Amino acid sequence: MTKPTVDAMAKVGDLPMGFTAKPGSTVAFKTGDWRSVRPVLDREKCIYCGFCYFYCPDGVYQDMGKDEKYYKADLDFCKGCGICAHECPKKAITMTLEEV
Amino acid sequence: MAKRVGMEVSIAVAEAVKLADADVIAAYPITPQTHIVEHLSELVADGELDAAYIPVESEHSAMSSCIGSSAAGARTFTATSSQGLALMNEMIYIAPVLRTPIVLAIANRALSAPINIWNDHSDIMSVRDTGWLSIFAENGQEALDLTLASFRIAEDPAVCLPISMNIDGFTLSHFIEPILMPEKAEVDKFLPPYKPQLWLDIKNPISIGLLGGPECYTEARKATDDALWGAKRVVIKAFDEFNQVFGRQYHVVETYRHEDAETIIVSMGSISETAMTAIDEMRDQGQKIGLVRLRLWRPFPEEEFLAAVSKAKNLAVIDRHMVMGCSSGPVGLEVKSLVYNSGLRPGISNFLLGLGGRDVTRDDFKYIHEKATSGQVQARCEIVGVFE
Repeated sequence: MTKPTVDAMAKVGDLPMGFTAKPGSTVAFKTGDWRSVRPVLDREKCIYCGFCYFYCPDGVYQDMGKDEKYYKADLDFCKGCGICAHECPKKAITMTLEEV
Repeated sequence: MAKRVGMEVSIAVAEAVKLADADVIAAYPITPQTHIVEHLSELVADGELDAAYIPVESEHSAMSSCIGSSAAGARTFTATSSQGLALMNEMIYIAPVLRTPIVLAIANRALSAPINIWNDHSDIMSVRDTGWLSIFAENGQEALDLTLASFRIAEDPAVCLPISMNIDGFTLSHFIEPILMPEKAEVDKFLPPYKPQLWLDIKNPISIGLLGGPECYTEARKATDDALWGAKRVVIKAFDEFNQVFGRQYHVVETYRHEDAETIIVSMGSISETAMTAIDEMRDQGQKIGLVRLRLWRPFPEEEFLAAVSKAKNLAVIDRHMVMGCSSGPVGLEVKSLVYNSGLRPGISNFLLGLGGRDVTRDDFKYIHEKATSGQVQARCEIVGVFE
C-alpha cells in the first residue's frame, strides 16, 4: 500500500489492493510535462499584486517573499493554462511556446 | 436449532441479510426484487436490524452508495433486477477493481424491449465480464444459504470482491417455500464480523478510484482478474465451512445422476429442479442422462466442470439469454471454448429456452435430450419452442 499506483509501468503484483494511492503521490509524479506554453514573468513590470498566485487553478505559484517581491511558477506542475497571464493587471506574464 | 418456516423466498433473503448484520443497504425497488429491500427497510425501520437504509433515487446511485459504504468499511448489501442492473452497469464495472465486497441479490429478469418483468438470465449475463463473483440458487433454502455464504466469500481477505447471488425472478423470488431459518448463533459461527481489508480511514488516508493510464490500466485489470480466479478456492472453503455449521453441502459445480450419463444437460438456476424431475423420468425409461449445474458462474469453475462432463458423449447446454448476432448463448460459448481446449470431444448442442418468463417444462428437457442424442450437432443455438 506504500507504493503510489502512478508509478510508470507498475507490475501486477506491485499494485496495491483496490488500486489505491497514498495522498500526496504527485509530489513524486510531475504533472506538468504535457504543457505546450509556459508563463514567463517580466519582473520589471511585476508589482507583486498576487493575482497570478490567487488565480492559478493548480496552485503552482509560490510567494518568493517581501525581499524578492514576486511569485514563481513551479514548472513541474504548471499546465500552461495561461490564466495567470490573462489576469495579470500589468501584462507582466507572457505565455511562451515550449521548445522540445 | 434452525426453525422450519413457510416463507416467501425474497423475505428469506432479507432475513439472511438481517442475520448477517449488514451495516448498509442502499437500494431502489424494482420488480421482481422489490420484496427483498422492502422487507429490509421494514426491519431497519422497526429497529430489528441496526443498519443504515439508504433509499436512493436510482440503481446507479444505489451501486454508487454501496461502493462508498463498502469503501468506508461497512458490510454492504443491495438487490436489483433487469433494468435496475442495467442502470447500475457503469458502477458495476468499478466495484471489483476497487475491491469492495458488496453482496448483490439479483432476482433475474428479462431485459427490455419488449417490456417484460418475467424471468430469464439476460440481466446477469450482460454483466458477466465485470469482475463480480456470481452464484446461482435453485430454491428458497439455497437463496438464504447462499446469501449468508456470499458475505463470507466476498469479505474473505483473499477475495475482497463483490458478489452477485442470483435467484430466478418470480419462480423463486415470489414463491413461498419451506425454509430452515437458522439461529443467529449458528450464523455468527459461520460468518464472523466484517474486517475490511482497506477502507477510508482519516488516520491512514488513501485515495480510492484513481486514474490508471496506459502504463498501468492493463495491470490493474489483471490484478482484479487474478483475484477473481483465486476466489474459487475460497468459495469451496466457505461451502465446506457452511456444511460444518449447517449440514448442507454446496459445490461450485453440482451434479445429478451424471456418473454413467452419456448425455449431460448443463443448466443454471431454478430450472435445474425441473430438469432433475425430467431426468428421473427419462432414467426410468432407460435413458442414460444426467445433469451438471453451474452453481458458480464467475469465476468459471473450469476444472470441476470438465471433471463432471469428462465421460459424456453429448452435452446439451442450456442458455436463458439470447446473444444476438452470435451462434451460441453465453453458457454455450464458454462450454464450447473450454471443452475444445481440454481435448474432450463430446457433441455439444446449445439450447435457448425460458426467455422472458416462458415456462420450461419436463417435456422441453425430453425434447432437448432427443435432439442432443440425434447425432446431428447443430452449429447454432436452437431456440426451443419458438413459434415461427
